[in-house]
Amino acid sequence: MATEINYSISQPHPDNLGVWRKIGLALVAVGLAILAFSFGSGWTDISGWYLGICLGSILTGTTMYAYGLYMWQTPGIKNDSVWMNDISNRSTWAWMIGIILTTFYILLYWFPSSIGLGTEEAGNRGFVALFDPLSLFLKGKVASQWFAYGVLYSLAIISLGFKFLLKYRHSRYHIWRTTVLMICQLFLAFLIPEILEGMNQEQAYFAKDLKFFWPLNYYFFEDWHLNAMAEGGSMGMFFLVWGIALFLIVTPILTYFLGKRWYCSWVCGCGGLAETAGDPFRHLSDKRLSAWKLERWLIHGVLVYIFVVTAVVLYGYFTNQSQIFGIDIYTWFRKPYGFLIGAAFSGVIGVGFYPLLGSRVWCRFGCPLAAYMGIFQRFKSRFRITTNGGQCISCGNCSTYCEQGIDVRWYAQRGQNIVRSSCVGCGVCSSVCPRGVLKLENGPEQDRINEKPILIGRDDVRLL
Amino acid sequence: MHVVIIGNGIAGITCARTLRKHHSDCSITVISSESQHFYSRTALMYIYMGHMKYEHTKPYEDWFWEKNRIDLCFDHVVSIPFENKSLQLRSGLEISYDKLVIATGSVPNRFDWPGQEAEGVISLYGLQDLELLEKYSTDTKRAVIAGGGLIGIELAEMLRTRNIEVTYLVREPHFWANILPQEEGQMINKHIRLDHHIDLQLNAELKQIFSDSKGRVEAIETLSGEKIPCQLVGLTVGVRPNVDFLRNSEIEIDKGIMVNEFLETNIPDVYACGDCVQHIKPPVGRKAVEQVWYTGRMMGECLGETLSGKRTAYVPGVWFNSAKFFDIEYQTYGDVPAQCTSEQSDFYWQHPSKNAALHFVYGKESGVIKGINSFGIRLRHAVLEQWIKEHKTVEYVLIHFEDAWFEPEFHKNYIHEIISEFNHKTGSGLKANKKSWHRILSNIKKATYGH
Ligand SMILES: Cc1cc2nc3c(=O)[nH]c(=O)nc-3n(C[C@H](O)[C@H](O)[C@H](O)COP(=O)(O)OP(=O)(O)OC[C@H]3O[C@@H](n4cnc5c(N)ncnc54)[C@H](O)[C@@H]3O)c2cc1C
Ligand code: SF4
Ligand code: SF4
Repeated sequence: MATEINYSISQPHPDNLGVWRKIGLALVAVGLAILAFSFGSGWTDISGWYLGICLGSILTGTTMYAYGLYMWQTPGIKNDSVWMNDISNRSTWAWMIGIILTTFYILLYWFPSSIGLGTEEAGNRGFVALFDPLSLFLKGKVASQWFAYGVLYSLAIISLGFKFLLKYRHSRYHIWRTTVLMICQLFLAFLIPEILEGMNQEQAYFAKDLKFFWPLNYYFFEDWHLNAMAEGGSMGMFFLVWGIALFLIVTPILTYFLGKRWYCSWVCGCGGLAETAGDPFRHLSDKRLSAWKLERWLIHGVLVYIFVVTAVVLYGYFTNQSQIFGIDIYTWFRKPYGFLIGAAFSGVIGVGFYPLLGSRVWCRFGCPLAAYMGIFQRFKSRFRITTNGGQCISCGNCSTYCEQGIDVRWYAQRGQNIVRSSCVGCGVCSSVCPRGVLKLENGPEQDRINEKPILIGRDDVRLL
Repeated sequence: MHVVIIGNGIAGITCARTLRKHHSDCSITVISSESQHFYSRTALMYIYMGHMKYEHTKPYEDWFWEKNRIDLCFDHVVSIPFENKSLQLRSGLEISYDKLVIATGSVPNRFDWPGQEAEGVISLYGLQDLELLEKYSTDTKRAVIAGGGLIGIELAEMLRTRNIEVTYLVREPHFWANILPQEEGQMINKHIRLDHHIDLQLNAELKQIFSDSKGRVEAIETLSGEKIPCQLVGLTVGVRPNVDFLRNSEIEIDKGIMVNEFLETNIPDVYACGDCVQHIKPPVGRKAVEQVWYTGRMMGECLGETLSGKRTAYVPGVWFNSAKFFDIEYQTYGDVPAQCTSEQSDFYWQHPSKNAALHFVYGKESGVIKGINSFGIRLRHAVLEQWIKEHKTVEYVLIHFEDAWFEPEFHKNYIHEIISEFNHKTGSGLKANKKSWHRILSNIKKATYGH
């Protein structure tokens, strides 16, 4: 009987929204309305005011909303009603958001003209045209669908980053981490690459995001990209060398000293979106052992897959062949990876399904870079989440709010440190723990993993 | 061998798990009537507040029990005919055992207040209480809670998340006064009142409960004669061992089931652990009845070892506990009495503006540390356990305090402020040592393995 009942379904005395939240919501609605309208519109050559108002109202609106929501409460954990709230509890609303996001990604990847991407002759229309003024301003070129996407992506991280900062204002770990994430997105991922792009109009495109490297950037070693870097002068050379050094040298060293969190929850763009826009959905991750099994197969499968694809692509590049053993490299290696992993997995499923599967589906099940760093984190790193002796009361908050679906409690309640390849070091398990049991820290490798934990508290067991 | 355990709380379940770990071929049955599966009672509040659903409070997935061959029986034990080594269940079933473990937990106290049978009077112990609370919450504007302890304050926090006004009656001059020293108690008083807008009435006691024509609570009266209209009354005045169904049998019971240090009762092959026991000879410095999660777990562990053939005495180490009062986390290690004895001195530090405080109690002559209370600051259990066990002095503790600091990275550490206040108060000239991983790890090793 007991198991069938949902004990917490009602909020009989709903909060009064208050003026901050009402104005905030109204502003967000204005911004979203402009975006929604742009899709169906035939806008061309539209004034920069539209975009300015759209972005400005979303940014101020979310910040005002968050201010009204959190600043009237004491600093501390803000998970009241998470599992009663419609949107964060896989309700109809959540499904609708999921469907809208997924549709957007499908159009973005495979039908860009339907959202207004122009051709050589005809300029942009509608949604993409909305972003033309900003694109012209930054790099002197009209927008592509990727530019529009980049703007919205950065907007999401910045505006919902502010919300996250207010929500976790009692924790300096989260304040630092989120601020760095927001800066990385705005400057490293968006502004600097776009401006560099504008300054080198005549060069072929190559990725200029200082923190975006192989194997997450799966096209890094593709012939067109290598060529573009090779022909890109000293900047091209720099990005080529930097990209390889990041993978081969920087990542192992930083992961050894800090754990993979230095990237996944401090720097990465995918992580950045998950930590900010994805925060209301973090608890939806699957905690079952079966999900962990699936995770290990999938993520390491993708890692092997990208190694194979890249090896084949490089073989083709250096031997000047378009085939390997009579199989076409583009059709059978590059294209399927780009479609299946690069677009469908990381975009459509990874972000589109936030409200249904949680915020880190891609990071947990798919990202080959996460898999690579995870191997270091598990076997050669100073990072661990220390379990505080016998203080755990098995309440389950840590496991519930782990976006990576790690059953943190399993370790904590047996007095064992948490050393898991998938942990992105977001620190939320530690924050939500009501008994101060968990601490993310870097320390000596010795005794980091205790395979045979004994809970502190009894004197007799030690006499054995 | 068939081991039957009554109660699937932390004590009973830890016993079952430990037994299975050491003994692969006995059969184990756990009988319990509150829920089919083990869930964490300490998380009840989070279910009501919407932080988690019931399913998240189950520490093990449902397949775990079958895989570990622990049979679960969702039923209620009505009596135990010890002479036949069997149990009578509510469903009419009779189960026999070779060894029996009683881990029936506790039940909330009620002190015969007039009107306490009214609709809308609740306690907070189990899932059924949560159901009632859910039901009454919908039409409650104001609730009155009586009882200034850990469950009372949790209930207050729960109700506030549903925007229910709360009047909190505490008999003592500050919150949880039989445990907390005055300074800490006042800090919590303030937090309850100012930050969480609760009508905290100190030195106030419940006298009676009034109900309307339908039998639903409509008001209460306090001892001082004040009448407070309310639709819900929470009685949180402690718990007592859940042993009444055994009162008229041959098992020896005082407040709880009487057990020796091996958790054996007066009847052969019958053991008890957890909230329901009373120690005939309490471990040194400890109470005869200790009803917390940790002791339940430790007794369960110990008994599991005994049942697997290695008779093990229950020897708890340095006392520790923790709680959270709204936003303020609390940890305690060793012995910090509400009032220092004549042989003890203390040093209290409180942050000038934040909800953070530390209370050190040590021997007046020796300076040896006895216990530490900590509020809003996380401390490292193993390090404190070792310091207390090894009779370190308060000076040693203070200068090495960074070893014990367990706050998240980037959080401010107040060690310099704390030490300079100590120096100021006592005229000493202590200086903080840097954190040493070497010392920390050796303390963890000693606390865990004893060497
Ligand atoms: C709201 C709340 C919050 C708490 N928070 C904390 C905390 O933060 N830290 C802490 O240390 N402690 C806390 N405690 C105390 C802690 O939960 C208990 O000490 C602990 O759960 C006791 O475990 P147990 O296994 O002895 O008994 P229980 O958990 O009570 O389990 C006993 C089980 O046996 C069942 N049972 C009893 N009689 C029968 C019968 N005749 N037939 C069949 N089944 C039966 C009961 O229904 C119950 O499910 C809290 C308690 C409550 C109520
Ligand atoms: S284990 Fe903790 S720090 Fe790691 S990903 Fe999960 S919640 Fe974040
Ligand atoms: S949140 Fe803390 S107390 Fe709760 S299960 Fe996790 S580690 Fe244990």
